[in-house]
Amino acid sequence: MIPTAETTQALQDLGDHIAAVLSNHVLEVQVAHGELMITVARTSIVTVLRYLRDDVNLQFKQLMDVCGVDYPEREERFEVVYNLLSLTQNQRVRVKVRTGENVPVPSVTGLFASANWWEREAWDLMGIYFSDHPDLRRIMTDYGFEGHPLRKDFPLTGYVEVRYDDEQKRVVYEPVRLQQEFRNFDFLSPWEGAPFLLPGDEKADAKKGES
Amino acid sequence: MAEMEIKNVTMNFGPQHPSAHGVLRLVLEMDGEIIERADPHIGLLHRGTEKLIEYKTYLQAVPYFDRLDYVAPQNQEHAFALAVEKLLGIEAPPRAKMIRVLYAEIGRLLNHIFTVAAGAMDVGAMTPMLWGFEERERLMEFCERVSGARMHMAYFRPGGVAFDMPPGLTDDILAWVEHFPRFLEDMETLLTENRIFKQRTVDIGIISAEDALNWGWSGPNLRASGLAWDLRKAQPYDTYDVMDFDIPIGKHGDCYDRYLVRVAEMRQSLRIMRQAIEQMPDGPVKVDNHKIAPPKRAEMKRSMEALIEHFKLYTEGYKVPAGETYTAVEAPKGEFGVYLVSDGGNRPYRCKIRAPGFAHLQTLELLSRGHMLADVVANLGGLDIVFGEVDR
Repeated sequence: MIPTAETTQALQDLGDHIAAVLSNHVLEVQVAHGELMITVARTSIVTVLRYLRDDVNLQFKQLMDVCGVDYPEREERFEVVYNLLSLTQNQRVRVKVRTGENVPVPSVTGLFASANWWEREAWDLMGIYFSDHPDLRRIMTDYGFEGHPLRKDFPLTGYVEVRYDDEQKRVVYEPVRLQQEFRNFDFLSPWEGAPFLLPGDEKADAKKGES
Repeated sequence: MAEMEIKNVTMNFGPQHPSAHGVLRLVLEMDGEIIERADPHIGLLHRGTEKLIEYKTYLQAVPYFDRLDYVAPQNQEHAFALAVEKLLGIEAPPRAKMIRVLYAEIGRLLNHIFTVAAGAMDVGAMTPMLWGFEERERLMEFCERVSGARMHMAYFRPGGVAFDMPPGLTDDILAWVEHFPRFLEDMETLLTENRIFKQRTVDIGIISAEDALNWGWSGPNLRASGLAWDLRKAQPYDTYDVMDFDIPIGKHGDCYDRYLVRVAEMRQSLRIMRQAIEQMPDGPVKVDNHKIAPPKRAEMKRSMEALIEHFKLYTEGYKVPAGETYTAVEAPKGEFGVYLVSDGGNRPYRCKIRAPGFAHLQTLELLSRGHMLADVVANLGGLDIVFGEVDR
């Protein structure tokens, strides 16, 4: 579905409205691909989500997803993304906050019960710490796992592997041994975008000069 | 007689239990037969799908989506294909869209037949499972005929579908659509008014519409609580906007209503399938852009350009313009969303998968508290959990 100008405008209006009401909290409003995205200050995430949930004209009553995105080159390397859905308005909004490795994000479990596991997952896989979370345990990885696997600096193969040891009669953990070196092919090529130059075609330049 | 001190028992349910629907470890704190606390431990099937996708090109990422909810594989691919198309700014041709709708509904039936039958088996009814798998096998045959694979089809690709349908397939699907209501009636005579089935499911695991929203519910489970919300109607994608179908809803939000909604949805799926076949347009099934969809094999024998494009497409893949999108489809289990971030390269920078089962399973404690141990099993069966998508 390619968004029409009307839907884009409607989203922009909605975004401007939210930005006007929460002017102290909203950093940026963006509309792309027919989706509204609001970047807010980290400390005000609870305030913003509460407003979005409780305002009678918005009613973003459902938190569909919370996830982290890792940008290691940034100063504050993580983005936490909240996807909200309003059934009455049939509208989606994406709220983002930025955070660093050792900076906690206020938990929104008090507003949306569903945030509990999503935040646990973001903690487990990304290492984003949520303050005031009732039960911030690991959720996806193994018992006793170390590290946060979805970070960009975590290797795809991981650090430990398991196998059943027949002598010890139990599963043992060992450092990963690869049968061959890990190969990460870089196929990126200037297939598109490289200018097509015909050697000795002096007329091409002349044409450009005329027009 | 001296008074005895009664202590709560902590019990492990799973990970190897036939009613755990896969690998769920449930730590139950019980007061006699009554559940006091239920703590699901998930992640035993975690395969790191999201991490793996970051290391694959967009086309190579498609098969991973089959392996999430392996009961209805094509619906996951659908979300990914739509997300990539959105970032690329392309649209699939009309025939491809209609084929996708047809197969998405086949996926929904695959899922609902399984869920209803497996849920019934959890509470003691064996026969629907045996009958249901026969029908599922017929549906998987349709999948095989169109893509070559019974389950993991890798059929919905960004820019269309992988292959056109072979001649005669729509007639066979239509014949099946005519025949299937008889199965549904037979199954309903076994279950809907069955005394044992109703005793096990009615008023079990009740959730109000308000709670369901708060816990991020979607799909048939949300509709069983009385909210007529269906992404196929509310935010139609592909050709769902021209389809005529109803949204069945429940009233009480218990396990029995969740079962009824699924059965009613199967009938609606048949309607959509019939319409999709009747309105199936002719034409190409992939976008006419060989930088995104591969050229025809015959063309490659003659045209150097096509050969190069084929080679480049299957090694380098295509570059997706930088941007991000959250695209959701109405998968049989609920809202299946893909949050895709592209940095302009040929691989996704981040691909977060929003699985409906994850949100539903989280509610298990709320649903089960105060119920008997056996009701946990009924709740799990009614929630429609598949660990492929919960654990990712």
